[in-house]
Amino acid sequence: MAIRINGNEVAIPDDPRVSLADLLREQLHLTGTKIGCNQGACGACTVLIDGERVLSCLTLAVQADGRAVTTIEGLSSEGSPHPLQSAFIEHDGFQCGYCTPGQICAAAAMLRGVADGMPSYVTADLGERAILSPEEVRERMSGNLCRCGAHNGIVEAILQVAKEDVA
Amino acid sequence: MSRMQNVVIDSVKTVLGWVPERWLPGGTPDPLIMRRGAVGRQVSRLDGPIKVGGQARFAAEVAMENMCYASLLHSPITRGRMRHLDTSAAEAAPGVILVMTHRNMPRLDIIPLVSVTNLGAVGASALPIMQDTEIRYNGQVVALVLAETQEQADHAASLIQIDYETAGARTHFEAAKATARTPASVLIEKNHTVVGNAEYELAQSPFQVDNIYRTPGHNHNAIELHAVTVAWDGDTLEVHDASQMISGSAAALAKLFGLKKEQVRVLSPFVGGGFGGKGMWDHQVVAVAAARIAGRPVRLVLSRDGVYRIVGGRTPTEQRVALAADAGGNLTALIHTGHSVMPPYSACPEQYTLTGRALYRSKSYAFVQHHLDLDIVPNTYMRAPGESVGTFALESAIDELAHEMGIDPIELRLRNEPETHPLSGTPFSQRALVQAYREGAERFGWARRQATPGTQRDGEWLIGMGCATGSFPYARMPGASASIRLTREGRAIVSCSAQDMGMGTSTVQIQHAADRLGLPMEAIVFEMGDSALPTTPMAGGSSQTVSIAAAIAAAAEKLSGELLRLAGNSSPLAGLRAGEVRMIDQKLVSIEDPSRTESFQQILARASRDEISVSAAGSAPLEMLKFAMHSLSANFCEVRVSEVTGEVRVSRMLGSFDCGAILNPKTATSQFKGGMIMGIGLALTEETLFDERSGRIMNATLADYHIPSHLDVPDIDVMWTGVPDPRSPLGARGIGEIGITGVAAAIANAVFNATGRRVRDLPITLDKLL
Repeated sequence: MAIRINGNEVAIPDDPRVSLADLLREQLHLTGTKIGCNQGACGACTVLIDGERVLSCLTLAVQADGRAVTTIEGLSSEGSPHPLQSAFIEHDGFQCGYCTPGQICAAAAMLRGVADGMPSYVTADLGERAILSPEEVRERMSGNLCRCGAHNGIVEAILQVAKEDVA
Repeated sequence: MSRMQNVVIDSVKTVLGWVPERWLPGGTPDPLIMRRGAVGRQVSRLDGPIKVGGQARFAAEVAMENMCYASLLHSPITRGRMRHLDTSAAEAAPGVILVMTHRNMPRLDIIPLVSVTNLGAVGASALPIMQDTEIRYNGQVVALVLAETQEQADHAASLIQIDYETAGARTHFEAAKATARTPASVLIEKNHTVVGNAEYELAQSPFQVDNIYRTPGHNHNAIELHAVTVAWDGDTLEVHDASQMISGSAAALAKLFGLKKEQVRVLSPFVGGGFGGKGMWDHQVVAVAAARIAGRPVRLVLSRDGVYRIVGGRTPTEQRVALAADAGGNLTALIHTGHSVMPPYSACPEQYTLTGRALYRSKSYAFVQHHLDLDIVPNTYMRAPGESVGTFALESAIDELAHEMGIDPIELRLRNEPETHPLSGTPFSQRALVQAYREGAERFGWARRQATPGTQRDGEWLIGMGCATGSFPYARMPGASASIRLTREGRAIVSCSAQDMGMGTSTVQIQHAADRLGLPMEAIVFEMGDSALPTTPMAGGSSQTVSIAAAIAAAAEKLSGELLRLAGNSSPLAGLRAGEVRMIDQKLVSIEDPSRTESFQQILARASRDEISVSAAGSAPLEMLKFAMHSLSANFCEVRVSEVTGEVRVSRMLGSFDCGAILNPKTATSQFKGGMIMGIGLALTEETLFDERSGRIMNATLADYHIPSHLDVPDIDVMWTGVPDPRSPLGARGIGEIGITGVAAAIANAVFNATGRRVRDLPITLDKLL
């Protein structure tokens, strides 16, 4: 039994109570993944499992057996930051930086979902591919709380990256 | 908070009134106000790359050898005592190292409370911590378990058996009024303040409003949970904390555990949001005690529920605001009084009447605050304590009076704009609120507002506009110090124990140091977040930027003097004194004769020195006693209210600020917007639900306490006058708290304009509009 985390095989912890978030933070020292509530309300612990966003505090480590987990540390490739990481700096999409890794991981998976044609609650026409308006981004990112109030910068950063992806 | 304090502060203010301005700090404006380089530029925050990369290490993320994990048990009763306590099952549970209760907790003193008369103090609670069987509030820590893993500690904590004997608790706001206390002072202001006969004027004037406004309790809800990682090494203690008050915490822990200050080191380079909540609470103390008993490093992270239980928030208030005006719209009476909860063991008086004392000219005034003593977790400072909820009441009342009189609410405010501080007559250092209103109204399109409520609609949505003034006093804290080490290679290491909970402290101070020292930003290293560095006061009261700036300015002045001394008689600078030179382009330059100059490198090389180090403390902040100094704002907002469901959506917001010079437009914009967004929560969704029957907080989760989410936040526009304050370092005033002030009133006023319904009881939830 093993989990592939940022490309490395990691053994499943012995204690079945260990959450994926605690495995990352306490055992692997991948502390870029944050815990803000430990009950799935804030989104700070968001990581990608096989490319989909998942709340790692509500996921037991054993549930990730055989899957590929990507954390904020694994999002950049060979030292160059992910476009979302650069855009968050450019648009000041954070202040304290604590919810930021979760916001960025969520945004990465969200953009992929949009590209795959996944509609949201505010998508007007379910038959058409969603156009990523600011309202769409807000709806799709509302599971990630930010208390510093960097919402505008976060939405701008995501929209900029979405635009560059299309271009 | 004594009568003596009132007398002392009044005397100092009186004496300062006689002292010529030029003798005081800020008497001559900071030369950097006119000489901008890095300051004022749009600089992305310099710690951005490590924050977005997940490399910034927060308090709970410091790895240590042989570390163990703590879990806390909280009291489910409000008052009473533990009659029977059985820890045997917990002690026998797998992995358990220690179960700590009042039985084996070291006997410790009370931590001195944060106070304006004891500026080094950091305590948020003056209650004993795990010292006896008594329960004093619901959620109090009664036991701590240490185990090899967090899972083991959490499980073992659930095995502790406690039989409680309950006693009667004071939990009713209304009932507590019978024994309300009236303190002599509120922070540095006299509490009960009367000018003229306000009740008489109220009765006599042709126009008046007189209403009660209510605001509930609030919690800070920084996304980072309170956490410490603690290690003892013999008699030295290292604490990795999430702290807004690093130096003070180190001093307090040293005193509590009988150590010298240098034996305690508190480190807090990154803090995941603070807003007033990241102070000294019980969890640091029990973690340090447990680590000492166990002889192992300890990590303690509060659960979200735990944060609500043992870290207090903003207290509920009930405020009366009565305003009266003559036929010309001149205020004749301004009355602001009320009750808020503040048990004697908490530090924050929630100073909601301070705004009205400084904002409007009026013929008469009456202010007084009463404190209610309930058995609750001690309330504390939360972003713009007092002003956030005080402006809701006062600025709603102004809107109500304007409606009553049929005057535009901006016009009513401008008619009552004071020339000097309305109570004391003290001159304002700088005030451009009128400009902020005019420019804000223009940009927002205020002229399109319909004065008659309920007349704008888009299908089921009623649309309205509102505005309100925000205000927050300037503060610079005494006791800030900094050191500068300048190297022959032209680098400067600037150090102090400053805090950064996301404000951009290091970015802005690097910009400042670059200009102050005549170096490029790339040549500055800013060390902070460590009690081993020169002491700076807590990050609170929107005071940190100017407090540190004054310390760095003082250190830079001393550095100039040292360089001149080293330069000696063969230098073109020979004979000049520190005040007669500036540091520009890596050189010392005579102010009078710019041709007299020598580079830092030349001076150090000739003196055979690799580097030079100085440290200094900032001047006493007498400017805040000599002048009336406030950050101000004009808030504008547009709301859409569903006629079907009562749902309120904020569709547009503009903040027009008058806060002195803006040092970094990018990070300042984020501070302003962040405050305004917390203001949306204050207005519409946030409420700590307190069960008056049991004394227990009912919604101690982020699922049940609703902070604004992405979908609640529209595009927010901010602008500022940017007029520098001639009395403050860098011409700046505070920007951290002003953003939230006035916002709740602007939204409530917009809701009234949309619907004709006046809600005086926050938050404005759907049920109140149906």
